[in-house]
Amino acid sequence: MSESTAVLSTPPAAPPTARILGLHLGVLAVLFALHFVLPDYHHISLSRIMVLACFAMGYNLAFGYSGLLSLGHAMFFAAGLYAAGLVAQFADIAAPGGFLIGVAAAALVALTLGAIALRTGGVSFMIVTLMFAQAVFLIIYYFGTYTRGDEGFVVPDAMRVLLGLDLADPTVRYMTALALFAACLMGSLALARSNLGRVLIAIRENEDRARMLGYDVYRYKLTALTLSAVMAGAAGAAYGLLFGYVGASFASIQYSIYPLLWVLMGGAGTVLGPFLGTVLMFYLVDLTSAATTAYLLVVGLVLIALILFFPKGILGTVRERYLPWLP
Amino acid sequence: MLRVSGLDCGYGRTPVLRDFALSVEAGEILCLLGRNGAGKTTAMKAIMGLLTPSAGTVEIDGVDIARLPAEAAPRHGLGYVPQGRRLFADLTVAENLEIGLMAGHGPEGPRRESALELFPVLRERLDQRAGTLSGGEQQMLAIARALCLEPKVLLLDEPTEGLMPAMIARIRAVVTALKGQGVAILLVEQRVDAVIEIADRVLFVENGRARDTLPAAALKNRPDLLERYVGVGD
Repeated sequence: MSESTAVLSTPPAAPPTARILGLHLGVLAVLFALHFVLPDYHHISLSRIMVLACFAMGYNLAFGYSGLLSLGHAMFFAAGLYAAGLVAQFADIAAPGGFLIGVAAAALVALTLGAIALRTGGVSFMIVTLMFAQAVFLIIYYFGTYTRGDEGFVVPDAMRVLLGLDLADPTVRYMTALALFAACLMGSLALARSNLGRVLIAIRENEDRARMLGYDVYRYKLTALTLSAVMAGAAGAAYGLLFGYVGASFASIQYSIYPLLWVLMGGAGTVLGPFLGTVLMFYLVDLTSAATTAYLLVVGLVLIALILFFPKGILGTVRERYLPWLP
Repeated sequence: MLRVSGLDCGYGRTPVLRDFALSVEAGEILCLLGRNGAGKTTAMKAIMGLLTPSAGTVEIDGVDIARLPAEAAPRHGLGYVPQGRRLFADLTVAENLEIGLMAGHGPEGPRRESALELFPVLRERLDQRAGTLSGGEQQMLAIARALCLEPKVLLLDEPTEGLMPAMIARIRAVVTALKGQGVAILLVEQRVDAVIEIADRVLFVENGRARDTLPAAALKNRPDLLERYVGVGD
């Protein structure tokens, strides 16, 4: 942009808080309304998507806002999933307690991992997170007596009860998933617009610049990673309790790559992007796999097209080109 | 105020600064002059703690901060505006200032106001993303953000590089005003006319070493030094 153009151009209006809030509450209202109209298959699919979107939103806190490209987020999802599942299985701790234990387990794993992995950066951080996640994956197999390894185990129905409500019931399951999704979405929105969110974005853009202004980058990144893991762990714990199954596949590398793809597809560093990415990827895989065994080829082509036409993800590009106020 | 002595520093195993020394007092502007690659920016980074020196001291009011992490430098009164503006492009003007204000001490309102008073044009662009500002406005914002920390010593690395004359004049006026407020300023500047106009002293840097120093006003009488250290005659 030339100097003269910039000086003469009219500055954009202030970010419209009411519009931002309205958009996000509108998304929640649509999801609530869909409960009453969706057929069974899509109803349960959307329940699953909302929980997985919480995982994606957690990943977005680390990657999208803080620039931490983790290849091991499955370990946080699995920490929540297994902690909630195992205490239900072996300690008769029902949903509310199991959920909190799952979240705490994920936070503990993040603090431990972060203390080591955040001493590194860039490619080294990716490798360290990948290795830790693989270690967690192998630990699940090592303690196969309890975890049942690849086969996994079913969470007892008696433990899948929240405030007297049966989580296996489709309506309760959907509404619980929606409540978790709403908490994660509004939490992400609040974080994105908070001082902490601004500092994380500053660190993402340039760590040295943030340090020169006096910010302890390591401490902020550890906070971001832990918050990210809390959200991923909450999603994992909720997944186990809502869908009643705990298995090692959720700790595999695939489940570390998924949230990265969901976030990239929807738009890293946008609040609604992770949800949009999860919805699109879920249905893309679902529909193409029903049509052809070569569905990954189709998925790959779609991702290439996305990179070409939406280099910052769908909502990231929309924000850049049309809606600068979009958080 | 700022006193650097015996500083050895570099990138990895490549030494850049050797036995580097300088001092700047409150209300003084010291300009580093030298060819590209002489070590001027490296000196600034080393003073800020972005590079760890292998020897030497960096003292602010007598406190050695040479081996403290970079995030400690602002607490000791150092502010830095690096070359190339270096804003947080995805954040708005207001958010960029907020990042500076949050890192400082005391009530944010007066600090925000004094920064905006120096650069009124920023007040009109508070909600604009920093990456969309013009070059001059970006430089103003970079300086304003550093001033939100109320530094005792301000390091400015080529603040007028690539700007149009009106912007350059504005930034020079602000630098002079800061000097009047008692801020010690360490400046890297390539324009000799600007150096003569606003600096008090000049320190020539060559091959990572601090060489001759002289009053800025005397520069015009020493084309030999300009030729030797900067490669320009009169």
